[in-house]
Amino acid sequence: MENASAPPDSVLGRRDAMATLANARASEIACGLTALGNDIAYVELRPVETGLVMLQGRIGGDGAAFNLGEATVTRATVRIPSGEVGFSYVLGRDRYKARLAALCDALWQNPSSRESVERYVLAPIKAHQESERARQRAQTAATRVDFFTLVRGED
Amino acid sequence: MLAPAFADPVRASQAVFRAVMDAMAHPGIIVATDELTRAPQPFGLAAAAVALTLLDYETPVWLDPALAQSPDIAAWLRFHTGAPLTDDPRQAAFGIIADPPWMPQFEEFSQGSMEYPDRAATLVLQVNRLSDNGGFCLSGPGIKGSRALQAAPLPADFVMRMRANRALFPRGLDIIFASDTTLAALPRSVHVAMEQS
Repeated sequence: MENASAPPDSVLGRRDAMATLANARASEIACGLTALGNDIAYVELRPVETGLVMLQGRIGGDGAAFNLGEATVTRATVRIPSGEVGFSYVLGRDRYKARLAALCDALWQNPSSRESVERYVLAPIKAHQESERARQRAQTAATRVDFFTLVRGED
Repeated sequence: MLAPAFADPVRASQAVFRAVMDAMAHPGIIVATDELTRAPQPFGLAAAAVALTLLDYETPVWLDPALAQSPDIAAWLRFHTGAPLTDDPRQAAFGIIADPPWMPQFEEFSQGSMEYPDRAATLVLQVNRLSDNGGFCLSGPGIKGSRALQAAPLPADFVMRMRANRALFPRGLDIIFASDTTLAALPRSVHVAMEQS
């Protein structure tokens, strides 16, 4: 991906925000959004829908791509009154979460609300995800086994 | 600004598909469709509903200048249907025409080939008036005896064009008339004549 036509920072930032939202819990997003006001008006451009996407995998960095299987994905598209259109694709069938994530994406695109979304919605979720990851790493590290070869005392 | 389309896409597009199928099977009958409640101007509701139902990523669509000059319509169609827009009528699987008197000649659209007659385009003509008295006298498959249909406004030589279109069978264009909330269709198999008065 590190080629001459690397996406601009705004794209990278949005990608990062969308990934964070996709991995968050609905309650976390909802909780963060209350800080931005209770009733944020929005229009659903397309009803929230659940479908399947084909996941592709490859073995090693140079293996041929193969179809791994299908995953359930829910997508939402909303428009806020200032005109920004927010999208979300989240794993699973949580329509409520998909809608909230799309709303956050729309608000993130609006320069006047980006700061609040980053601070009240994304930052706590990122912190939580980071601590969760650290906890898991610690748990895994505790069961680590180091193999080494003993020199047998035969001579 | 991007606008919503069908409130219940699955049910609504099935209902519109059924309406189009009925209209095609019985050339000239007028079927009602009220699934869509809003569409970007100057898109007619019935024409927009047909577009939402029939277009997808595999069907290039050509818009006449009246529709093409509105960026809202292009964005709306692309978002809701995924259909590619084309400037070349010959590449189009569907032509949507808001101003039929100024529409291009039928030959400018794909009329299919003898091997693949199904590759002919389908034209959706937005008309202001659609009624079952006077105007054209239709006959052919799907019509017992003859049937009257009036649609306006249309090109002055519309009957001539339809006659030439019939002569191409099994090639030829299929036409869907869309007024505000009603539809009628002229498949390529229909014979069109002026009503004797």
